[in-house]
Amino acid sequence: MLTPHQRYRKYKSAFMSGLAVFCAILVITPLGLILYHLLKQGIGALDWNFFTQLPKPHGETGGGMANAIVGTGELIALAMLMAIPIGVFGGIYLSEYGSEKVNFWIRFGADILNGVPSIVWGMTVFAIAVAPFGTKSAYAGGVALGFIAIPLILRTTEEVLVLVPNSYREAAMALGIPRWKIILHIILRTASKGLITGILLATGRIAGETAPLMFTILGNMYWNHNLKEPIAALPLQVFNYAIAPYDDLNRQAWAGALVLIFLIFILSLGVRLISGGMKKA
Amino acid sequence: MPTLTDLPISTTPVASHDQYAIVNSSTSRFGDRLFYSICLLSAITVALLFLLVIGVQIHGSKLSFAAFGWKFLTSSQWDPSSDTESYGALPFIYGTVVSSLLALFIAVPLSVGTAVFLTDLAPLKIRQPLVSVIEMLAAVPSVIWGLWGIFVMVPWLNGNLVPILKKTLGFLPIFSGPCIGGSMLAGGLIVAIMILPIVTSVSREILRSVPDLQREAAYGLGATRWEVTRIAVLSYARRGLMGAAVLGLGRAVGETMAVTMVIGNVAQIKPSLFASGYTLASVIANVFAEASSDLEISALFEIGLVLMGVTIIINIMALLLIRAFETPGSRRA
Repeated sequence: MLTPHQRYRKYKSAFMSGLAVFCAILVITPLGLILYHLLKQGIGALDWNFFTQLPKPHGETGGGMANAIVGTGELIALAMLMAIPIGVFGGIYLSEYGSEKVNFWIRFGADILNGVPSIVWGMTVFAIAVAPFGTKSAYAGGVALGFIAIPLILRTTEEVLVLVPNSYREAAMALGIPRWKIILHIILRTASKGLITGILLATGRIAGETAPLMFTILGNMYWNHNLKEPIAALPLQVFNYAIAPYDDLNRQAWAGALVLIFLIFILSLGVRLISGGMKKA
Repeated sequence: MPTLTDLPISTTPVASHDQYAIVNSSTSRFGDRLFYSICLLSAITVALLFLLVIGVQIHGSKLSFAAFGWKFLTSSQWDPSSDTESYGALPFIYGTVVSSLLALFIAVPLSVGTAVFLTDLAPLKIRQPLVSVIEMLAAVPSVIWGLWGIFVMVPWLNGNLVPILKKTLGFLPIFSGPCIGGSMLAGGLIVAIMILPIVTSVSREILRSVPDLQREAAYGLGATRWEVTRIAVLSYARRGLMGAAVLGLGRAVGETMAVTMVIGNVAQIKPSLFASGYTLASVIANVFAEASSDLEISALFEIGLVLMGVTIIINIMALLLIRAFETPGSRRA
């Protein structure tokens, strides 16, 4: 027989467990809602033209965001061209060379940089890469996104490299292989899947960034393949169309958002496949 | 997405040694030195980046600081007309503080509850899928939350939630007055949604590193499940959970696009959450591209400097809290 107090404690425990379940349900609800609305509003506005046509002014039908989709690809490529070498080599320094003290400060710096609001990156890059040249450009946008990606890649690189067993390093050194070759051919190769995962994670993060692009790439309505000139990007286009007071542009914004989220989920699916494949191996 | 500590290593066999058999010692020493320099330079770049972002913001805000001094932080004027030009950041600071605190108020209990569910209650089978769903939530870009906020959340708030709040709690000043279009409430709620994943995943890491001995000891004393959570887990992990909340605060303060799209963007200081607001980040987003005078641009850089300073301080606090928690008897390496 349970005393009333014991019963009270049991009920209270059950109630609190229920509350925790309720919290978990509430936390995942927004994801369900946003996916539902994106599909509902986006699918209708999505057609072949969306991927092949340039944007049309308000009132004309049949426009697309082809230039913004390509623009986002170009920006990501530029950003990664800068961020991958710096992030990976910096990560190698942390894992293979740096002293405890130096590493602490570099890691600390990277963690602080990760917390800098992305709009501040936009202003900073405006000051160093837009104002001096007098024009917004794809380069400036790539630099802004690259700055955001560098600390991310640096930290993930370090974390996967320290997981490579030291015996690999020792065995290779015993064979008289120079250190840089050990790192490039053995350590990086052993950790390659982890490295790629980190890079994909960073790509997914910068693909949706809007704030740093507002002052750096301007956005446009036509094809531009000159990287020194303004370029369009998907997130920025979604933003501009979302706050526009016209229904047809709002519909395009939903379609753009759907494409963007699809792109990002594909990247995260890639991450999952790679890391899942690794666990089985 | 997998957390960093989960990233496994491939077991690809190490390259056979005969391809390294012939080593020219002088070129290899040069190669070593070159490679080391490249790595060092890359690592230093990160430190330089830190100096760059601070330097640019300080340099940019010189003009404004010379003109307004500390009054910049306490003045409510934002007047770009050329003869009476004057700038102050108070309404934006107020908007940032209110929307971030509201977001924390909503997000932290939900996140901690979810983290408890994930570490101590959920059946093993659904833990990993649930973590994946929360990671997907984290991957949704700010601008998409903003889009959803404008067309789904704000109309729902103004049509459904606000009338209920008014009817039941309307006597409180924070739930009074009309609610038209964007509001502090909408801004706080959207930020809350956006910081849920980070606060949840950090809280989960913290709770996971509470030693099982703690739990077993409490069970051994005859505690119920909730009592174990409260006595052995939550109070043990208090400091780490506070770190998770502070980290969420850092994110909330810097959040830009979604807030800009739903908060209404009116520079005012009203006690009601139904009134429109304006945040530090959203004034930069809205005004910077069109700012014409040097002084206005400089004032915006100063706002950026305030924003960055605040987030840096918050993040350092969060790192210290989490690190202080991790040291004693931590289960993970």
